[in-house]
Amino acid sequence: MTALLTSPTNATLRAFLHGLPGVDAVGLEQRAASLGTRSIKTTSKAYALDLALRMVDLTTLEGADTPGKVRSLCAKALRPDPSDPECPPVAAVCVYPSMVPVAAEALKGSKVHLASVATAFPSGQAPLQVKLDDTRAAVQAGADEIDMVISRGAFLAGDYLHVYEEIAAVREACGDAHLKVILETGELATYDNIRRASWLAMMAGAHFIKTSTGKVSPAATLPTTLLMLEAVRDYLDQTGTKIGVKPAGGIRTSKDAIKYLVTVNEIAGPGWLDPDWFRFGASTLLNDLLMQRAKLRTGHYSGPDYMTVD
Amino acid sequence: MSDRLAVLKTYKLYVGGKFPRSESGRTYRVQDSNVAKASRKDARDAVVAARAAFGGWAGATAYLRGQILYRVAEMLEGRRDQFAALGSSPEDVDAAVDRLVWYAGWTDKISQVRGGANPVAGPYFNISAPEPTGIVAIVAPSSSPLLGLVSVIAPVIATGNVAIVLADEASPLAAVTLAEVLATSDLPGGVVNILTGSAAEVAPWLASHLDVNAIDLTGVADPALAADLEIAAAQNLKRVLRPSSPDWTADPGLGRMTTFLETKTVWHPKGT
Repeated sequence: MTALLTSPTNATLRAFLHGLPGVDAVGLEQRAASLGTRSIKTTSKAYALDLALRMVDLTTLEGADTPGKVRSLCAKALRPDPSDPECPPVAAVCVYPSMVPVAAEALKGSKVHLASVATAFPSGQAPLQVKLDDTRAAVQAGADEIDMVISRGAFLAGDYLHVYEEIAAVREACGDAHLKVILETGELATYDNIRRASWLAMMAGAHFIKTSTGKVSPAATLPTTLLMLEAVRDYLDQTGTKIGVKPAGGIRTSKDAIKYLVTVNEIAGPGWLDPDWFRFGASTLLNDLLMQRAKLRTGHYSGPDYMTVD
Repeated sequence: MSDRLAVLKTYKLYVGGKFPRSESGRTYRVQDSNVAKASRKDARDAVVAARAAFGGWAGATAYLRGQILYRVAEMLEGRRDQFAALGSSPEDVDAAVDRLVWYAGWTDKISQVRGGANPVAGPYFNISAPEPTGIVAIVAPSSSPLLGLVSVIAPVIATGNVAIVLADEASPLAAVTLAEVLATSDLPGGVVNILTGSAAEVAPWLASHLDVNAIDLTGVADPALAADLEIAAAQNLKRVLRPSSPDWTADPGLGRMTTFLETKTVWHPKGT
């Protein structure tokens, strides 16, 4: 594998990726479904809710994003529940590159990371130079995490070297910023492809592998996330390098988030139960987590009227 | 054929237009039947379903709400035998149908009674209009299972509110059967949600729920429980209705409708 990493060619990459064991789709979905039935209550639930909250990449990726909206999102990221001083901040704020300066200003001096999508998000259909400039601009403006998209077209056409080199080049352009590689699993068609794309991204230098842009349905699902957690676990075993995982899109309820945490613990291990190694790309999830926290704290149900609209 | 298999009926909850079992899986034995016993989580789900339905129902035209209530009356009329078998007298069913028709007529008239143009000392139009309060939790009365039930639900939904009904613990079958009537009456799912089981167990969760806007304590017999529910309801300033043993055969008046209405007043400059 070391030889593969020093001077990969399309042929060696193909041989390696297609040599990965095939995914048993039925078994995978069954395993994910069975992990989803665990019942997490009382103190464990309180721990899980706080952990999930600390793992949220609070995201707004709309054409209609304004500086004001990004500032209010940052304020929420810093103090998700102003009525509760115990409430931890979220992991990061995730915005488009043009909004990075605004968010950087709003988050200055805090420990909340600033992630920016880049490389012609969400389609990734742009020349490499444009993607690199996009990345450098975001980093220069203050982003310390970059969420890039892979060229799914090239990947599906079997041009693995192209995808590999693109990821490596973006990693180079990131400098000190962390690189999350979005596989867009909803467009990869098969579980085998998701496993291959995960390995390809990890070998090319990703710090995180991320399921989806949130713009394609299906976005994150429990089976795909389970599959990617297996990939990072095996990658750590084989290379000694630890990679993070970020499911994004479609996780809206605390119940779902807790299912993901159970899966992380069971598949990758407790070492990944940390915002440095697992994140949720979400926006509506945060309000549900806050409502659940409020329920545990006050003993009665809260309602959406008591949460910010964002 | 006398040797055919009997089709036994399962009495379930009515939440969001569907008939789920209790999430707790519990049932209890009452009126010779097994009936779902709702938990606090069923109540929570009912609030979510009701909130989702509220915008559409409150925004529907009063005329349409009237037509749908009239449709409920029609469907109820067609199920006389079923309610008779559950112990409702023919007079009871008649009265319940008549009450629905009566409230159906009020949907597009209540705003004339409760709203209007107010005279003000200035160059303004000043207009008051009644608006629905929101989600109303109802503890259904134990007296006259059908008529009492219709008499507490109809005024709430006639004005555009949505309801979560805790059916009487001892006679829930009329409520579940009424749910079947509602489900086939063009009433959007979630406008009325019916939970069976113990009101003493579930009502406190609804009384303290911050997304419930009003509570009707008609069916709460225990004064201590009623007081506790009122205290919990005060947390987010819910409207509370706590009538003293109402007579369902009497003229209901407008009280039940007006309790769950808020007045919106608009000032608008005159163009002169």
